[in-house]
Amino acid sequence: MRALVGQEYGKTTTSVPISLSDIRKWALAIYYPEAPPRLFWDEEYAATTIHGGIVAPEEFNPFAWFTAEGPVLPPTFEGPVRGTGPEEAFGVEGPATNFIMNGGTEIIHGVRMRPGDVITAGLTKVVEYKERPTRLGLMLFTISETTWTNQKGEMVRIIRGTGIRY
Amino acid sequence: MDVTVGQEIPTFERMAGFHAWNRYAAVNEEFVPIHMDDDAGKRAGNPGAFGMGNLQMAYVHAVLRQWVGDNGRIVRVDLQYRAPSLRGLRTIAGGKVTDVREVDGESLVDLEVWTKTEEGTVLAPGTATVALPPSGR
Repeated sequence: MRALVGQEYGKTTTSVPISLSDIRKWALAIYYPEAPPRLFWDEEYAATTIHGGIVAPEEFNPFAWFTAEGPVLPPTFEGPVRGTGPEEAFGVEGPATNFIMNGGTEIIHGVRMRPGDVITAGLTKVVEYKERPTRLGLMLFTISETTWTNQKGEMVRIIRGTGIRY
Repeated sequence: MDVTVGQEIPTFERMAGFHAWNRYAAVNEEFVPIHMDDDAGKRAGNPGAFGMGNLQMAYVHAVLRQWVGDNGRIVRVDLQYRAPSLRGLRTIAGGKVTDVREVDGESLVDLEVWTKTEEGTVLAPGTATVALPPSGR
């Protein structure tokens, strides 16, 4: 598995154009039960800001539910989760773990996402594997990195994720 | 904006529970058993169902946005998901300034950030960098 560090896997994913409705619903979900900031739903107000119009919250995910390829079907979350690490993509057998958890995320933000933008997530690079004993047993930490760009080729986000399997 | 090292920024607070998690699942397509079902949460070694790490990340973005305003910028956020966010616990997102610096004409502020429960259990500690709004905005 260590030989996979530094290698890229997966496939690029392209979003459908971001809709204003998706931005508004995202903001409503995050800010519930209060109203979200006007920047995310009020065109007239947003035009007066440095952005010149509505933008998405920085943490917005344009790949939920549907991409340019069609519906996004979620993975199976119960039972062995060997297929959820990067190993499968390289034909390497992963560890026999039963649970997967989101251990942490680093996000480096580039340009803001706006209505109409089409976002592409590039290949994912394996950055590091780490093992750590915890109260729930030995855990495997997998750190990976993906870069998102918009239709102009501008960097939108670099994400370094830590997946935990145990 | 006057910013000093050691200063704490105003908090962003929300109650943890299915009312928030279901809304987040609906926009992020994150219907994972550990976030929907107490038995699944227990099987994974927790007291019950618990909230999404991504939602903690969203709350940290919300607290930073609230502070820098619509003309400020979040440069980066790094968060570790350490303890489960459990139903009925008030979640407090906050931050403390650790450095203020000028880079290419922008005022950048580094912060220690967190989400924690009202009782003080840290759920997600991390760090962040924001850019203050340009002067006059």
